[in-house]
Amino acid sequence: MTMAGTLSERILGSAEGTYVDRVVDRAFAHDGTGAQALVAFENFRIRDKSIINPEKLSIIYDHISPANNSVTADLQGDLRKFSRENGMHFHDVGCGICHQIMSEGVCLPDEIVVGADSHSCTLGALGAFSTGVGATDMAGIWATGGTWFRVPESIGIVLSGKLSGHAEPKDVALSYVKALGMDGGTYKALEFIGDGAAGMPVEGRLTLSNMAVETGAKVGLFYADALTREHLLGYGVDEKTIHMQKPDDCTYESEVHIDLDNIDPLLAVPHRVDNAVSVTKYSGTQIDQVFLGTCTNGRFEDLKRFADIVRGKKVAVRTIVTPASKDVYAKAVSTGVLSDILDAGCIICPPGCGPCLGAHMGVLGEGEVGLSTANRNFRNRMGVGAEYYLCSPSTAAISALYGEIRSPNELEGGLN
Amino acid sequence: MIVSGHAVVIGEDVDTDMIIAGRYLRTTDRSIWVEHAFEDYDTSIAGRLNGAVLVAGKNIGCGSSREQAAAALKEAGVRAVVAPSFARIFFRNCVNLGLYVFEADVVCEDGDIISFDTDDSYVKTSDAIYQAKPLSNRMKEILSAGGLNAYLSRQGEP
Repeated sequence: MTMAGTLSERILGSAEGTYVDRVVDRAFAHDGTGAQALVAFENFRIRDKSIINPEKLSIIYDHISPANNSVTADLQGDLRKFSRENGMHFHDVGCGICHQIMSEGVCLPDEIVVGADSHSCTLGALGAFSTGVGATDMAGIWATGGTWFRVPESIGIVLSGKLSGHAEPKDVALSYVKALGMDGGTYKALEFIGDGAAGMPVEGRLTLSNMAVETGAKVGLFYADALTREHLLGYGVDEKTIHMQKPDDCTYESEVHIDLDNIDPLLAVPHRVDNAVSVTKYSGTQIDQVFLGTCTNGRFEDLKRFADIVRGKKVAVRTIVTPASKDVYAKAVSTGVLSDILDAGCIICPPGCGPCLGAHMGVLGEGEVGLSTANRNFRNRMGVGAEYYLCSPSTAAISALYGEIRSPNELEGGLN
Repeated sequence: MIVSGHAVVIGEDVDTDMIIAGRYLRTTDRSIWVEHAFEDYDTSIAGRLNGAVLVAGKNIGCGSSREQAAAALKEAGVRAVVAPSFARIFFRNCVNLGLYVFEADVVCEDGDIISFDTDDSYVKTSDAIYQAKPLSNRMKEILSAGGLNAYLSRQGEP
């Protein structure tokens, strides 16, 4: 890893714009894409067909977890059996969201990682080249151990300053998505750099990298540094396996500059993720449901921020809280964060994607309005005929208390 | 080989949830995806897809990685997808399923006849020829084999 260039060029070992074949260091699929990948794999007419490098492959059940009906249960049953028989790492229902599981001491800096899920760009937060593919591509990786990549051009997201008050990583994410638009990063990599990136805790980095795909980007990369190492050591990773990375002679196609000192709580207004405005613009909008969770904002710090606001009070609308993983869940229990959330009148769901993809556990009805910490507010996605606004955990918390959209900045004056 | 089909025109930033909604994903019965394609976008589209060339606005297939979106189009009889830009996972999914893709900004209306050469990178309307961004050699090989399944199976042949 001595060559200069962007992190994508260094990890993929080739200049931007070139096509390369690479063996992947890790690959993962979930109950949805994994089941489709299994169908594709079984249809492959390859001689001596077998699963290559099963120790690098993970199957993680998160999308409809636990199963909502017997059709889903049958699909999950087939893949469960297959992954166990073939020696893949298998994480059953209740373990958590694939990106979160992979971030908890599995995925390492400098690795080439492929996930059969669009938000696989999340793991770029750990300095891994991690990107999403579809089911047949995943089946191809099971069968051959690798795939082709186009080495992307990179866009620099230059973060300066430090978040303060109730401005959160989610607000930064919405702000760069707004700046780039829903296709401003298509076929590209994002690199988060600057003192604001270096000072961003790993949980916040995961939130920022997670939303890279909402601009069309292939991956959202942070350089692995002391904070990355500390995060990985906390999950028991062997220090010798943690590579450190430093920017070196990068050329960015373009740059977006964001001053973290001036970030305001933002809201992505239906039905576009890049349609971000100040929360105060929609203050007073009635909501029917609040959802805290997902691969964007279901981590411990997110739950804690939410709990810090609702502690000792009662939510005014139905509020669903879904920890991103069993580890997050356990930490929220042992620190009392979860009992604060429960006492405030929230519904706690098992670790997983929850209602994010509109499949179960909190799907909205016609004409209902939801406020969510997820990453997509596409029309009809979380309920046919419903509207979804996206926001940070703190905005979700104060809005849950009022039953209407409110900015966490209003907390400065004390709750009414 | 020259292939042609009638244009079905859709707008910009049409996400994969719009192509096939989350509530229809958990099945191996592909006819369900055909029946419900674009249900949340425009219910008149599903019945017009057989033999069609889907002409989309920019960023077609953004959002979820669900391969069922590309599979629904393929299964419904769509012959190619043409758009000024594609979300990358959807693009790969189309290629892997043997569905032709052309990155070109084609101006046409619903029902216009669109033709393309499976061995070349242009798209033709009755008025104009549009040069599409060339595919990589690997993508061309996968497409000409009929998809990743056939491509990988060929690799293993003696």
